[in-house]
Amino acid sequence: MSAATVDAGTVAPARRRGILRRVKRWPMTVKVGAGIFGVLALAAILAPLIAPYGPNEIDPFSLLASPSGQHLFGTDDTGRDVFSRTLYALRLDILLALLVTYVPLPFAVIVGALAGYFGGWADTIVSRLADVFIAFPFIVLVIAVVAIVGPGVEGFLIGVPLAAWALYARLARAEMLVVREQPYMLATTALGYSKWRAIFKHGLPNVARPCFVYSTIDLIGNLILLAGLSYLGFGVQPPTAELGGIIADGQGYLLTAWWIATLPGLVLVLFGVGVGLIGEGISDRGLERGGR
Amino acid sequence: MSLLEIESLRIEFPGEDEERLVAVKGVDLAVEQGEVVGLVGESGSGKSLTCRAVMRMVPEPGAISAGSIRFDGEDVLSLGTSELRDFRAHSVGMIYQNPFGSLNPTMRAGAQIAETLKVNRGLSNKAAKVESVALLDRVGIEDPERRYRAYPHELSGGMCQRVMIAIATASSPRLMLADEPTTALDVTTQAQILKLLAKMRAEEGMAMLLVSHDFGVIAQACDRVAVMYGGHIVETGPVETIYHEPEHPYTRALLNSVPELDSAGNVQRRAALAGHPPELSDFIPGCVFAPRCEHAKQDCAGIEMKLEKVGADQESACPVRPYAEAGARSAERAARVEA
Amino acid sequence: MSDVLTEETKSAAHLLEVESLVKEFGLRRGLAERIARKQVAPHRAVDDVSFTLDRGEILGIAGGSGSGKTTLARCLIRLIEPDGGAVRVDGIDIRAHKGAELRELRRRMQMVFQDPYASLNPRMTIGAALHEAGKVHNRPGSENEQAFVSRLLGLVQLTDRIAPRKPRELSGGQRQRVSIARALAVDPELIIADEAVSALDVSVQAQLLNLFLDLREELGVAVLFISHQLAVIAEVADRIAVMQKGRIVETGTTQDVFAHPKDEYTQALLRAHPHPDPRMRFVAN
Repeated sequence: MSAATVDAGTVAPARRRGILRRVKRWPMTVKVGAGIFGVLALAAILAPLIAPYGPNEIDPFSLLASPSGQHLFGTDDTGRDVFSRTLYALRLDILLALLVTYVPLPFAVIVGALAGYFGGWADTIVSRLADVFIAFPFIVLVIAVVAIVGPGVEGFLIGVPLAAWALYARLARAEMLVVREQPYMLATTALGYSKWRAIFKHGLPNVARPCFVYSTIDLIGNLILLAGLSYLGFGVQPPTAELGGIIADGQGYLLTAWWIATLPGLVLVLFGVGVGLIGEGISDRGLERGGR
Repeated sequence: MSLLEIESLRIEFPGEDEERLVAVKGVDLAVEQGEVVGLVGESGSGKSLTCRAVMRMVPEPGAISAGSIRFDGEDVLSLGTSELRDFRAHSVGMIYQNPFGSLNPTMRAGAQIAETLKVNRGLSNKAAKVESVALLDRVGIEDPERRYRAYPHELSGGMCQRVMIAIATASSPRLMLADEPTTALDVTTQAQILKLLAKMRAEEGMAMLLVSHDFGVIAQACDRVAVMYGGHIVETGPVETIYHEPEHPYTRALLNSVPELDSAGNVQRRAALAGHPPELSDFIPGCVFAPRCEHAKQDCAGIEMKLEKVGADQESACPVRPYAEAGARSAERAARVEA
Repeated sequence: MSDVLTEETKSAAHLLEVESLVKEFGLRRGLAERIARKQVAPHRAVDDVSFTLDRGEILGIAGGSGSGKTTLARCLIRLIEPDGGAVRVDGIDIRAHKGAELRELRRRMQMVFQDPYASLNPRMTIGAALHEAGKVHNRPGSENEQAFVSRLLGLVQLTDRIAPRKPRELSGGQRQRVSIARALAVDPELIIADEAVSALDVSVQAQLLNLFLDLREELGVAVLFISHQLAVIAEVADRIAVMQKGRIVETGTTQDVFAHPKDEYTQALLRAHPHPDPRMRFVAN
């Protein structure tokens, strides 16, 4: 070697701090959002353990009881503990929302990315198909599916991916159009890597980030949609505990037993705020990390 | 009294973990009436920020945290909103690096010049148009009547830059701030723009602060030059003196790195400076150049960076003064070192 | 290696021979023009370009924006498909092959791009990126990741400490070195440097130019050095080809061309170069 290592010690210090310190560095929005989400998710997961009563357990001596030490959120008209119902409902809702958002996501993203990478006929077909689906208002499409399939969770589980795939595909395609032209992608061709390696190993990881950011918003939207559908009677069917369902049940008692509809409603709102803050925080950091 | 006096200017940015990152660390600089002063440096030197600070246009979230800027004796940093606007409109002009990005793509070129004439000089529509065409002509645009109606995307980079110069000089400012004005242009266009700037300087008696990373541009256009590194000015002096007899090791190293046409046919490795310019977040005690300096001594990590007079008209921040005896660079260049 | 290749490899005199290369862009005809069946001349970004490059030689390609030099570079390795002409590596025309043979030919001509910040996959560590290159081409030594990566980093004068880092933790100069290391991972005979130092600070630029010279000396790698800056070409290249509007207007040794430019455009470029010596101004102040 003709010269000693010219660039020996002058690397930026590795950000090798512990996990705890890295969490500390998150912007406040993400921390608050993650906190809220964390608490609710934990509560939801641990519902069977921490709920004082079963979701359909009846306490015949406490009908429409207001919130107290025994029943944190009070009871409803059939004596069921609203707090326990809320916990179980949250559990079900989060599970279903996660399922319906993140199971179809990889497929949609891959389809969109491939369309963006290859262009030509593939792109035309995918884009026009996506255009058709996007042209329908999201909710209308979901309701149409529910109308065909009938009330019950199946409608939701089929309808939402059907309506949402197009958005992710389009997002992924747009990202791929940009990523495809980046020198590091061109380098994969120059280096003789197969197209598949280029797309999956190099392209997709970079295409995926904006899709994940969007998915956090989508998640809240889907959860609220589920609550809405259940509220209308088209989603989760009673007596299964579901946030929208509980709120629907409590609607008639708004003036007399306000806690039945209001408190679960607040939990729903809180969940939305938490996830929303996370999404906002991630997107900012995404811009930060994306380039120098 | 100098036209522009910058004293102990300090510009900071908020970092992660509530650190304050200091991008400009106590800069002293003066520009006399009609003088062209160059600010040369590499990335992270703080030259661009210093230039923008004069107009109080430091990009968010950076902020001027200390120091003073006086224009014609007046304190720029304490101007009120309308006074500041007036200052920006009439006293100082600025031209930027990206000619296309600096013009409104949806507005015709001539209209953009006319706008500044109407707003800043109160001309009527008609008078503004006539004056705009005259300005276009003065900045060397052929067929100004027709170009007046052109949109920026219909003009070449060089022409857009001329339009930008026309807008900036429309109110005959006494000081022009030029932040890498030719970096995005072809070398032939660059030469034309530099000639234009020289012409305007001669005709208007305009002073200029010219920021560039390219010493060739500085050499062509400037009377004096200040060399910046890591947020400090490390050397100032007349441009000829700086080129032939630099006192600061960084200046020498920088000049030794500049590629030359004369190397053609005689390709040799240059004695290149190791490492790279410091990042904002790097904390370097004492002399900010010491880690890369071949003449650094023990004490260098403890000194305060200050410019000291080293010649008739030259100042350097290097207390070691390794070249005091050695003399002119030309002898050094004649025997180029093989590392 | 297929029989086709061995047949074509007569001991070629040149490492790279480009003959009458053409790339046209956009037969853009508006609807009205299509109806009127108007003939619109396509724009030739690369217009009948021919040159040669020998083993271990450094050839500079100079030109301003719109000269076609970047399009030319991309045509050589078929990142963009040329419309006419031939690109011969050791006598073998890269345009005539595909699949595994094309891959092999590409392996011999690697490219380093201008933008240090976009040339490396932001999500991969340096070590992984370098190792991948070696693995995909089954380069000898690539079985041992650590040793392979270490050797490559050494070639570009970086330490092993760089290997676990991600590109965003490196400076521009370091990233370019890594890009060069990645190119070297597949043992190329030619490196196409497309404005590879243009985005770097002057002091870092000088280091990288030294590196190219070192690589030529130690590995015998030839370099096609594309730049809009004549002075930079003067520092590294043996020969130079000047491009304007898609054509080569002048070639020769750098010494000859710089001292006695024959073409008007070359002369204009040389005249316009801002000399860092203030005594050599082109405008009297």
